[in-house]
Amino acid sequence: MPDTPPADDPIPVLEVVGVTKTFPGVIANEDVNLTLQRGEIHCLLGENGAGKSTLMNVVFGLYQPTAGEVLVNGEPQRFTSSRDAIAAGIGMVHQHFQLIPVLTVAENVILGDEVSRGPQLDLDTARTRIRELSAAYGLQVDPDALVGDLSVGAQQRVELIKALYRDAEVLILDEPTAVLTPGEVDEFFGVVRSLVDDGKSIIFITHKLREVLAVADRITVLRRGKVVGSADPSSATTAELAELMVGRAVTFEVPKAPADPGKDVLVVDALGVTDDRDVVTVADCTFTVRAGEIYGIAGVEGNGQRELVEAVAGMREVVEGRITIEGIDITGFGPRRVERLGVGHVPEDRSKHGVVGAFSITDNLVLNSYNTSRFSRGWFLQREPMRTQAAELVEAYDVRTPGPEVAVSTLSGGNQQKVVVARELSKPLQLLIVAQPTRGLDVGSIEFIHSQIVAKRDEGAAVLLVSAELDEILALADTIGVLYRGTVVATMPRAESSRERLGVLMAGGDDPGPPPPGTETHTEELV
Amino acid sequence: MSGPRESEEHSGVPTGIMGRLRSGWIDLTQVQVLVAAFGCAVVIGGVVMLLTGANPFEAYWALLRGAIGGPDRIAASLARATPFIGASLALAFAFKAGLFNIGAEGQLLIGALFGGWAGTWAWMEDLPGIIAIPVVIGMGALGGAIYGGFPGFLKARTGAHEVIVTIMLNTIALRLIEWLVLSRDPVILLDPTASVPHSRPIAEGARLPALPFAGDSSLHWGLVLGVLLCALMWLVMDRTTTGFEVSTVGLNPSAATYAGMSVGKVWIIAMAGSGAFAGIAGAAQVSGVEGYIQPGVFRNIGFDSIAIALLARANPWAIIPAAFLWGALLSGAPVMQLEADLSIDLVRIVQALILLFVAADLIVRRLFRIRGERDESAALASGWGG
Repeated sequence: MPDTPPADDPIPVLEVVGVTKTFPGVIANEDVNLTLQRGEIHCLLGENGAGKSTLMNVVFGLYQPTAGEVLVNGEPQRFTSSRDAIAAGIGMVHQHFQLIPVLTVAENVILGDEVSRGPQLDLDTARTRIRELSAAYGLQVDPDALVGDLSVGAQQRVELIKALYRDAEVLILDEPTAVLTPGEVDEFFGVVRSLVDDGKSIIFITHKLREVLAVADRITVLRRGKVVGSADPSSATTAELAELMVGRAVTFEVPKAPADPGKDVLVVDALGVTDDRDVVTVADCTFTVRAGEIYGIAGVEGNGQRELVEAVAGMREVVEGRITIEGIDITGFGPRRVERLGVGHVPEDRSKHGVVGAFSITDNLVLNSYNTSRFSRGWFLQREPMRTQAAELVEAYDVRTPGPEVAVSTLSGGNQQKVVVARELSKPLQLLIVAQPTRGLDVGSIEFIHSQIVAKRDEGAAVLLVSAELDEILALADTIGVLYRGTVVATMPRAESSRERLGVLMAGGDDPGPPPPGTETHTEELV
Repeated sequence: MSGPRESEEHSGVPTGIMGRLRSGWIDLTQVQVLVAAFGCAVVIGGVVMLLTGANPFEAYWALLRGAIGGPDRIAASLARATPFIGASLALAFAFKAGLFNIGAEGQLLIGALFGGWAGTWAWMEDLPGIIAIPVVIGMGALGGAIYGGFPGFLKARTGAHEVIVTIMLNTIALRLIEWLVLSRDPVILLDPTASVPHSRPIAEGARLPALPFAGDSSLHWGLVLGVLLCALMWLVMDRTTTGFEVSTVGLNPSAATYAGMSVGKVWIIAMAGSGAFAGIAGAAQVSGVEGYIQPGVFRNIGFDSIAIALLARANPWAIIPAAFLWGALLSGAPVMQLEADLSIDLVRIVQALILLFVAADLIVRRLFRIRGERDESAALASGWGG
């Protein structure tokens, strides 16, 4: 084990020894060893599904290990619930916050640990404590604010205070940056460092390589439930880490041949669309996507991307203008009629629109084709072809699952997205609409999904790509349109774009023009 | 693996009652929960009996004999359970679409009204049963479908919540049927010769015949019809495109919209289908038991069916035993009253306790350390979530 501490090290504040955790049919963790020294940030790196969260749930007492043990300050522990773990000084900030929006910060913090004064709740003591903690670590949290009014970043700091309020010495942060904007991430790293300076110890779970190198004192990489290596952040490179994590060399560039655009497929003409509150969010929007090209829509989120995509997919009413696909006016078409023209749509919100969580993979794969002649005869579903298709697609799209009859909600985000991608890309396509296709996914899944999108382009489909990640647009698109306040303000070939030019346009500035030839625009890694 | 505690603490899976109704199919631990809930209800019911000064063993023995003590009693219990089956299917079908149809009571009444009215048509008089009975049952289904489909339509068109609308429609149905049947000026459906006011009797040929082993009870072919309806609901949900749409809308309406389904249309279909199940139950009751409409005799069948559908977790096959349990308790109650000198209402208390323990199944799971399917899925969700 490369993780053995040098002899002069003090007793680690937390030690995981030979932990194995199995679920029926799945080994989530196998013989995992991990040590955490006081005052260090230990990054636990791994793809989605590598067993990071399971391991931490064992440490936090939510699961009991099948074998092995957890030691705190050298003492073996037998946690039967998170209460025991909290009592032992372990705090956990979950990826999905466990906060009640209608309560104040102070009320949320004391929840489950209420101090009373006679029959009354003693909030004053809690308020004072929260102010102290907030000041000590620069958390800037007002105990009397309603949690629902706080930004995501502030809510996360409330979660931290919840742990600190219970005197946590070891903090487990599960994908803490997944929900933060780049600016908030930097702030958050500052908070993490101040915690460590104060002697707290932190396990930082992530799959983002850049963050690991920015913040970690030590790195342990998990793959398929096992520790596959550890690294020193001062000498490791993202490429090495990615290789450890994925198990093979990872290319950050998306390999693709130059586009060979054909006829116009999607023509959006002077489109006007409103959002759910009847506010005009897309106005006078005009662009064309040709067969065999990827048209990337760049823009700061909230500039009409969602409404634009929904209008093209037939899910949102068109207020003005026209949309045609292959010359057919689809203005006023519903999603089904659009889909039957050969349009695939990978929606932005996977769990809301993309899948029915309680349905099996098999059923999710026929979500919009269950009533075609392939899967039904008259009123009756044909289960056999559905099962055949599921078996094929699970294989072809590398969906990691115990079987196609498993409920999709039990899959990791990356595998759920692969189910959506499999459904939408496995049919003959004229037009493919992909919105935020790799949000929240791991390196392996991103690579796979990107290659699938490019393959569809090479088969001659027109691809409309909408992404909040400029890197993703730069890596995939052949033509880039900038969406600003609901209008495409500029369209340019990929070769004439640069991060800087797009940045100016996305902020509503005047087009500075293409970068001078010869200055190769840098495509940053996608992780 | 250790006790049930480890994953009750946190669960990544929606566990609201609607969520479970929409997705849950039968599994063994669920049966264990039901058995345990029943046991708890019986024990606490016994304590209540003790408090009233009765001997619970004597009372339960009487209840048991009243419910299933001999072929006649079993037939009586089955007769009592018969209308519950159709009405519970109404609830279950709506649950599958994510709708709470509180209006089975009203839809059942309108089904009884339509069926009972159709049975009095002059041309029905000489028809053989093979035609007359389907006409009566079909009219019952139609009446229920209209009366259930209407709130579905309102929800699809205006967003009016089905719970509110169907509750209101229950009262309207009850008053409507009272007026139509009891009105003497003008006489509409009233049988003026009857000593207890009820509607004109339906044609002999339109009466559902008694089952061969009915004995003294009113057990009729409506029971077989009920079982067939359970099969129908299973078939629709499991094997048809409509069932697929209903499940999708029930579990994730946004995904249904994305997939090109019309959520409003599915709501209307689900509510109309739901109403049809209840309407058939009502018409079958008129046709099989009384032979005429008598306002008041159907009281509470629709409401009890909410409980039965919850007990059965909206599973059409589980409705059959759940309805039988309910019918048997009600059918045994008078015997208990007679022999143990206890109020019939005590059976209602036991029923309420069963429901309480089933609805709050966590109590039972904790008491009896039953690991549920939720626990496993929660574990899997995090296990694969990385």
